Amino acid sequence: MVDRGSDDRMQLPPREVADVMPPHAHSWIGKYVFSQDAKYIAIQYSGTAVAIGLVALVMSWLMRLQLGFPGTFDFITAEAYYQFVTMHGMIMVIYLLTAIFLGGFGNYLIPLMVGARDMVFPFVNMLSYWVYLLAVLVLVASFFVPGGPTGAGWTLYPPQAVLSGTPGGAQSGIILMLVSLILFIIGFTMGGLNYAVTVLQARTRGMTMMRLPLTVWGIFTATVMALLAFPALFVACVMMLFDRLLGTSFFMPTLVELGEKLSYGGGSPIAFQHLFWFFGHPEVYIVALPAFGIVSDLIAVHARKNVFGYRMMVWAIVIIGALSFIVWAHHMYVSGMHPWFGFFFATTTLIIAIPTAIKVYNWVLTLWKGDIHLTIPMLFALGFIVTFVNGGLTGLFLGNVVVDVPLSDTMFVVAHFHMVMGVAPIMVIFGAIYHWYPKMTGRMLNEAMGQIHFWVTFIGAYAVFFPMHYVGLVGVPRRYFEIGEPEFLTAPVDGLNAFISSAALIVGAVQVLFLFNIFWSLRHGRKAGGNPWRAASLEWHTPETPPRHGNWNELPDVYRWAYDYSVPGAPEDYLAQNDPWVPDGEERRL
Amino acid sequence: MESKFQGQDQTLLQQGHSGFAADWSSDQRVFKKVSWGKAMMWILLLSDTFVFACFLVAYMTARSSTTVDWPNASEVFALHIGGHNFPLLLIAIMTFVLISSSGTMAMAVNNAYRKARVPTALLMLATAALGAAFVGMQAFEWTKLISEGVRPWENPWGAEQFGASFFMITGFHGTHVTIGVIFLVIIARKVWRGDFDRDERSWLSSGNGDYEGVEIMGLYWHFVDLVWVFIFAFFYLW
Repeated sequence: MVDRGSDDRMQLPPREVADVMPPHAHSWIGKYVFSQDAKYIAIQYSGTAVAIGLVALVMSWLMRLQLGFPGTFDFITAEAYYQFVTMHGMIMVIYLLTAIFLGGFGNYLIPLMVGARDMVFPFVNMLSYWVYLLAVLVLVASFFVPGGPTGAGWTLYPPQAVLSGTPGGAQSGIILMLVSLILFIIGFTMGGLNYAVTVLQARTRGMTMMRLPLTVWGIFTATVMALLAFPALFVACVMMLFDRLLGTSFFMPTLVELGEKLSYGGGSPIAFQHLFWFFGHPEVYIVALPAFGIVSDLIAVHARKNVFGYRMMVWAIVIIGALSFIVWAHHMYVSGMHPWFGFFFATTTLIIAIPTAIKVYNWVLTLWKGDIHLTIPMLFALGFIVTFVNGGLTGLFLGNVVVDVPLSDTMFVVAHFHMVMGVAPIMVIFGAIYHWYPKMTGRMLNEAMGQIHFWVTFIGAYAVFFPMHYVGLVGVPRRYFEIGEPEFLTAPVDGLNAFISSAALIVGAVQVLFLFNIFWSLRHGRKAGGNPWRAASLEWHTPETPPRHGNWNELPDVYRWAYDYSVPGAPEDYLAQNDPWVPDGEERRL
Repeated sequence: MESKFQGQDQTLLQQGHSGFAADWSSDQRVFKKVSWGKAMMWILLLSDTFVFACFLVAYMTARSSTTVDWPNASEVFALHIGGHNFPLLLIAIMTFVLISSSGTMAMAVNNAYRKARVPTALLMLATAALGAAFVGMQAFEWTKLISEGVRPWENPWGAEQFGASFFMITGFHGTHVTIGVIFLVIIARKVWRGDFDRDERSWLSSGNGDYEGVEIMGLYWHFVDLVWVFIFAFFYLW
């Protein structure tokens, strides 16, 4: 069990866990379909997430067509509009962002970055993907049942979510939505246990927690949060499913519908909101923390500098994760609560600005005097920083009770959360794909198409969401199918709405170019070699690219953190984590 | 504490705060004596704790916000024997059975440490039998309440959330017990066949030649037992 390694000039500590190759698949189906290799599972997760994400993208087009040019498109009815709103939100937040960050990047990067051969439980990991796929299929099925998918809004607030006035409320739309969410949570839990245990217990020799790339810290913290936050959504879904199917009244008060008193009575809709947002707010950071981590790595690699304040960055991630569990009721200011609770939740919400500001300062200070290469990943990383700062600033408005009450349920909120947890994390996903695509395929993505993709996406996203703040400030409520020209609007918004919609169509269209680039570059992309970005973290130092099953010949030994760029005296401008180099005259230590 | 599983270099282990810091700042593993399987079970149970906590908090919210009186638990859950009402008699027996099963489980784990194959398997089967008895009594209780008119949407005595919460929470816990009984039998069979004595990997066996699967099973079983204590306190005694 004790492996001294090949380097006989120094004593290596013993391996605490036997180095076992993960089970090897022999059939084609075992290798590529029911694969237990985390790298294939990652690609399956990402592909499914992007596919369902495209559906949500098309629905956002349809919504914008209606808002920008009301009355022009007959096929967009009010019911359909609400279904688009609901499914767009739910798919983007859960089935795309959560799945791609944790199931996609988590699966691909964690074993490689911590120096493991695979996730600790490959079979459970495989099941995780197939249960996720089942959840997606159940979700898709809701488009084809009588009444269509639910139109309750992505928050699914009862009592309206299960009543006949809401699309899919009295039919099967809401049932399939809830079942799909329950499946997703079960599937995620199987994957999440893998991610957490792999980071905690399966690192290679020399890889301490404080040598992990920030990407792993972000994904790890988000995974732990998800394991603690999804239970609340699970319980809320089960209870609402019982309300809908068994006629229980957990969330249903006494109601009169179309002049008829329903059999429900005595339940509390607010209880659902508490459960939902106890999940829902951590969910924001489940999406944001992996983005924080990944963007830190992108900036360090492409500015050839070590991350400024690594320890601060780690603690900021952990503190943000912890704080996000005690802020949930800031989503419920207009539901009404005791003023002291409002005070408490506003305070905790604003305290989160401290660790997030630390992170933003550290990103900027990492760039400071760096050797900035304006590669596509770097462009997206820069795009993320400004977008996140913009979205974060409006969060200061909405975190305060007295400012939130008039702004709540206006387009200002829509603009805020799209900037902060829509555009910003998506920027990181794009940057990460451009960054790690060479490792996954051995070829670079096309640079020219990447430039077009970045600039249109970046400028377009601002053209969409910047004016939307103003639209909200003058009083346009969110989730309205058609508002006409009510007197309470302090300025006309028709022209702006048409402009936003046109920009949204262009931003959406350029994503097709991105998808084309991904497939085109598989064959025609420039050959990348093993480490095109000259990056220091472990995943770039596999013996083969793309890494094969088991990742390594011999498990790497780690001598340093992931950010040794531009080290004075070093033979190159970066030092790989498994590079045992030391300045002359110093003793080598693991 | 001596190392039960996976012979460890004892010098890796330090005591107290400095040991905690040393473990977290070390390479390879944070929890030095914990295998992957055991770590996974602990994290799964942490997550499941949140599930049950949410169920119980939701139930308490419903109970404290309903406008109709909550049925009196000591009357509803009474057994009528020989002309006398015994409040919570069945629940007391169920609780006793489940806690006893934790005792036999602990004995099974103790035997597993010593790799005593036959006693381990028999004690696990005893645990499974007690668990099955618990589920059986729960089925009896459900039948009794249903025959008295308790439904998820109504009951003869008061707030309709009573039946809904009762079936949901005890049902979810009973499902956990049932899953536990199934896996107890599976693992007992593996112990009996000597799967854990061999140095080869198989389903639910890490191939370390130890009985760790029994201990991981024990973690789950004690958790299910502990959850019942909270359900008992908050649902039946409140």
